[in-house]
Amino acid sequence: MKTEFRIQVDQALGKQDVRAHFRKAMDTLMTNRRNQFPDNAELQRLRDQAQVIRANALSKLPELLEQLEANLTQNGIHVHWAETTDEANDIVLKIMQKHNATWMIKGKSMVSEEMGLNHFLESKGIEALESDLGEFIIQLDGETPSHIIMPAIHKSKEQIAKLFNEKFPDIPYTEDVDTLTRTARDILREKFYNAPVGLSGVNFAVAETGTLCLVENEGNGRMSTTIPPVHIAVTGIEKVVEKFSDIPPLLSILPRSATGQPITTYFNMISSPRKQGEKDGPEEVHLVLLDNGRSRIYSDPELLATLRCIRCGACINHCPVYVRIGGHSYGTVYPGPIGTILEPQKSGLSVHGELVQASSLCGACGEVCPVRIPIPNIINRLRYEGVHQEESSVLDAGSKRKPMEAITWKAWSWAATHPSMYNLGSNLATQVRKLVPNHLGAWTSVRTAPAIADKTLHQQLKALGVDHE
Amino acid sequence: MPPSKPDTVYFFGTCLIDLMFPKAGVSAIQLLQRAGIKVIYPQAQTCCGQPAWNSGYRAEARKVARAQIALFPKPLPIVIPSGSCAGMMKTHYPELFKGEADEAQALDVAGRVYELTEFLVDVLNVNLKDLGEPVEIAVHTSCSARREMGVADKIEQLLGQLQNVKVLEQAYKPECCGFGGTFAIKQPEISAAMVADKTMHLRNTGATQVVSQDCGCLMNIGGAFEYQAKHQNKKALSTQHIAEFLLQRTSSPSPSTGEGHRMGVAEVKS
Amino acid sequence: MSEARSHIFQRLRAVPRPEVDTTGRDYIPIYQWDKAERIKRFTERMQAVRAEVHHCDRSSWLSKVAELCRVKGLTNLLVSPTTEWGQALYQQAESLPSLTGYDQPIEAWKQEMFYGIDASLTSTLGGIAETGSLILWPNSDEPRMMSLVPPVHFAILDTEQLYTTFAEAVQAQDWLAQGMPTNALLISGPSKSADIAQVLAYGVHGPKELVVILV
Repeated sequence: MKTEFRIQVDQALGKQDVRAHFRKAMDTLMTNRRNQFPDNAELQRLRDQAQVIRANALSKLPELLEQLEANLTQNGIHVHWAETTDEANDIVLKIMQKHNATWMIKGKSMVSEEMGLNHFLESKGIEALESDLGEFIIQLDGETPSHIIMPAIHKSKEQIAKLFNEKFPDIPYTEDVDTLTRTARDILREKFYNAPVGLSGVNFAVAETGTLCLVENEGNGRMSTTIPPVHIAVTGIEKVVEKFSDIPPLLSILPRSATGQPITTYFNMISSPRKQGEKDGPEEVHLVLLDNGRSRIYSDPELLATLRCIRCGACINHCPVYVRIGGHSYGTVYPGPIGTILEPQKSGLSVHGELVQASSLCGACGEVCPVRIPIPNIINRLRYEGVHQEESSVLDAGSKRKPMEAITWKAWSWAATHPSMYNLGSNLATQVRKLVPNHLGAWTSVRTAPAIADKTLHQQLKALGVDHE
Repeated sequence: MPPSKPDTVYFFGTCLIDLMFPKAGVSAIQLLQRAGIKVIYPQAQTCCGQPAWNSGYRAEARKVARAQIALFPKPLPIVIPSGSCAGMMKTHYPELFKGEADEAQALDVAGRVYELTEFLVDVLNVNLKDLGEPVEIAVHTSCSARREMGVADKIEQLLGQLQNVKVLEQAYKPECCGFGGTFAIKQPEISAAMVADKTMHLRNTGATQVVSQDCGCLMNIGGAFEYQAKHQNKKALSTQHIAEFLLQRTSSPSPSTGEGHRMGVAEVKS
Repeated sequence: MSEARSHIFQRLRAVPRPEVDTTGRDYIPIYQWDKAERIKRFTERMQAVRAEVHHCDRSSWLSKVAELCRVKGLTNLLVSPTTEWGQALYQQAESLPSLTGYDQPIEAWKQEMFYGIDASLTSTLGGIAETGSLILWPNSDEPRMMSLVPPVHFAILDTEQLYTTFAEAVQAQDWLAQGMPTNALLISGPSKSADIAQVLAYGVHGPKELVVILV
């Protein structure tokens, strides 16, 4: 019986136009990234540096979080802590209620997706309006992002044109991207103007100075954090870095890895609410620091590397699986290789554990990761966590163990450690090869069955007299 | 630093070659012997343990790996005609044996592992003379040879020495063929989509033949070509392990010419 | 302190933490770019993202601004009367569109800011050649929205303050000793997006045009 994941994959693979669209988009992103790093030695230095910065921050995480909290508080920013997404949602709700706010405008934030914030607020009668152009588009269509930095990448221009025409019938149908963009600008300007609360994510939080950094191109981040009288930032506890001098290298490698731009249009560093005498900016700034499984990931020295991620999406852009099945097939907030390692750790192997099988371990993700997360190794580790029976910090460890599979591997290891039996087996296989059925299920649906040789290498070399000691 | 040219090496044939592609193993050994190297093939060898390792069955993988590391007691290079199995031994044995009593032995073995093309280029510095007819081929470098072992350039260097061989470049050359061991069985739909694209790009080069340093990829790609020829009336490219290809191109024509040119295919039952 | 906070810290502190070798952490790419080269690189980067860059000097920038205002058909310009550049502009007010100061909190004139201002002009703290970026530290003279809300943003960059990299600028200007402002910004072109089918479109939420005047 096919799993839900494989059913979704089947559907995605069947949509030729969407697949072609993804391929084209990922090709562009890969080319753009490559062009940003013409000198491989320099790229490797920058990756080393970014890795060290992130690893160092994680090694001091509790101290840095304390320092961040102290500096932010001193700067006048309210700091909140949430162990779960429910708690984070409640914190946001309470801030909204305190200001009698019935709606908010949002800049792009993957952590808010992780929280399911829009849905939660809606259930409380509060509207959360997305202002990132891609997020705005998918929100109009009732969808979730299919990519962490380009949420509407699965949609064609024609689909977006139709959607706009359907949702804004007063505006004439157009496929002109500039006109579509201007339409969104005009609609959202008015929203920014009136919004009682703005919400954003955070790319880096600097402990040393108490600074929240946001990377973006459109200005949705700046608008959301500048115009409404209240700004709420939500982020994961892992996003902290130690020093301000850690920021330039991270800022250098993030957009180059992500979209192949030397830098984004805006790099926004926020250290306090509006001060006495300043004429604009929010009067109140909040930061919600979300755990949601991160401290559990933190407890394992190997899996800890997962938390180095700076959410550039390069692993997604280079993944031969993602490019074929698209982001929605994963059924997770974070798709692609980073989602493959993060989601099962966050929600448990029994929920998203199958994802770790959806990798050929080709290593393309690890090769491009700007902070050198060994994604294939972590996938391998999570496969192990899925089937072993010892105690583990990983949620639902052992839940993917199937008795037949376990017995098969036991038998295999027995045979492969008894050479005489092994050779007997393989010799036997060469004898009966004519009887081997030509259908190996999944394998033979697109390939012929592999053919067993008439004599094994062992036999041939013996016959040839190769020294075998 | 590669060692100076040794007079003897160990050869680890891999389970896939043992059972499915022995000619690749024999050819690799003959290439080494022709370069004046004595080859030792420990007969007790079975499998590097990678299938279990990649499936999460670490205890089982370790048990099998442990039986292998015992087979190479002398301080000699271990040559493996597969990027994937070489990668397992070189990069994953250290992880697999971490904290185990025989960790040092595993590290020692890992440090002596060479993928075949890497050994031919970096250690033997071989000089090949092409005796074959002009041919246009495409190269598929396995992901493990490319990324785990970092030896993608070696196969290209060897082929570059063959003056009658023209290597045509396929689109998406560095992309995985979709084999991935148990991946092909556990996620067959994605794997099928990947190999369909890979074969299409290879076919589009106009090459008649594909060579690779890994039999896993060849089994996947070759099997897909065969299937497409049979069921979709598409042109099948022949697939061959680099060792076999190099040996054929650089040996004087023998009475058996033409036989086994399409590795593995000769054995396919209709 | 919240319960969540103490639980999180308990978990983070409960585990042994790896020592990290920080070799390479402070690596700064070195480019031997003289001033002319920095200006060239900066200009190329800015133009690549459709920003306008005009090379002027202290005697010509004012007439350039006036000319650009005419060409763009601007009816007003938001500019601080207190900055060096603002003072000069106010003295030449007759050759410019109507000049407006940001002299009261936004709440008092939000409608005009959003729907009445054609363009703004601000100073900058410096520039970055490597990425083609402007450094802005908005303050009470030149508040945050000046470089965000009007459709056209003029920025004056003193080429003496054009650094090679962001890291170099932070060091040279000693940001840490100064203390971080409410908001610091790097601006590298007009607002843009490729969210619709990867087609680049300008002027999504921020300014549609960025005009950099180098002096």
